[in-house]
Amino acid sequence: MATVQFNDSAYEGQPSETVLDTLLRHGEEANYSCRKGSCLNCMMQAVEGAVPEKAQAGLRDTLRAQGYFLSCLCRPESDISVVQGEDAALYQRAVILSRELLAPDICRVVLEPATPLYYHAGQFLNLRRRNGLSRSYSLACVPNLDRYLEFHIKRLAGGQMSNWVFDEMQVGESVDIQGPNGCCFYLPGDPGQGLLMIGNGTGLAPLAAIARDALNDGHNGPIRLYHGSRAEGGLYLQDRLLDLAAANANFSYTGCLSGAAPPPGHARGRAEEVAFGEIPDLAGWRVYLCGNPPMVEGAKKRAFLAGADLKEIYADAFELKELRAAPRPAPA
Amino acid sequence: MADTIYQKIGGEAAVNAAVDMFYRKVLSDDHISGYLDNTDMDAQREKQKAFLTMVFGGPNEYTGKDLRTAHAKLVEQGMDDSHFDAVAGHLQDTLSELGVPADIAGEIMTVAAGTRSEVLNR
Repeated sequence: MATVQFNDSAYEGQPSETVLDTLLRHGEEANYSCRKGSCLNCMMQAVEGAVPEKAQAGLRDTLRAQGYFLSCLCRPESDISVVQGEDAALYQRAVILSRELLAPDICRVVLEPATPLYYHAGQFLNLRRRNGLSRSYSLACVPNLDRYLEFHIKRLAGGQMSNWVFDEMQVGESVDIQGPNGCCFYLPGDPGQGLLMIGNGTGLAPLAAIARDALNDGHNGPIRLYHGSRAEGGLYLQDRLLDLAAANANFSYTGCLSGAAPPPGHARGRAEEVAFGEIPDLAGWRVYLCGNPPMVEGAKKRAFLAGADLKEIYADAFELKELRAAPRPAPA
Repeated sequence: MADTIYQKIGGEAAVNAAVDMFYRKVLSDDHISGYLDNTDMDAQREKQKAFLTMVFGGPNEYTGKDLRTAHAKLVEQGMDDSHFDAVAGHLQDTLSELGVPADIAGEIMTVAAGTRSEVLNR
């Protein structure tokens, strides 16, 4: 059994337990969110001992070389000594420039980083406030088109960070950001390829950014964006996206309402149902899926069955920390 | 030295052509899809690819022991001959849709049939 050394304590790991599980089980305040290797909130640094390759998958080379790894994926095979990591290597400061409501439960937050951030539209950052609380948010902005960084944050019942952003965060205060992370973004090189984008809730934020990025890059194949919400108020960018569609013949936006009798101009049903109904054959398409995990996972399977290559499907499931208190089971 | 089946049908390119077709068939079949772990489809596809590489006689690390270990839990959950036969049927269909000549397809199906006792943990 591997021992995990953290700060001044040594903890005995249990079989198939991750470093994160071991630390949490012993009451350590380790940072985490998704517990599946997507969000990077749980990143730590190994100062002694071997890190399994899988626990470093997707990290930048510079971080890997310094022993950074994802504690939620790290099932150590031998004793390991870990630390929280050098803050300066991961985070930089950013100032809140504005906050405005886009819908009653969605707000737009604009930030200016201390040094310019090199990122792709559609990637995400980890936002950390002064007391250490940290959450992942997708970027809603496009390099070259938008001067500042932008998030669309949905207020969640019981959500510590989102309620703080809505109720207490002040314009002018500073937060820490880590990133950019994730590989859900536009890749130039095939300007005629069809792009299907399906999102619900604030899953729209990265998708709208990717669509604007692609159009700005001269993409001339069809770009079909489907956004799902229960009620019309949740289709929070529809005016802007309908304008974008009016200005670009190859871009279309469909607001999908799963509630009762949608008003004219909207499709009825869940975004993924409407999308797969209208585009039944996805051979050769690239597919972007962002939003709640059941939608994203179900749509990924359907997109594959509809003919899309798995490597052409970019999925970003928004995992909620408040649902992730229990360890995820080890893979079989 | 005579070409192996793997070389005759076109090596890794043939496996790549077959794997998506095969995986889509298996995933669409409600009788067996419940036994697939779809939480990580990319990993699942890699497993299908390793399996096809093995039955096509290609270079692989896949052994009977792996097959047994990988499926033991599923057998406990009720996987039986009917599921094995269904997957074999999808493999047969994949080969015929890809136009693999009957004699070669026969050899491949013989290799696949030989994995039954490992897969079903007998």
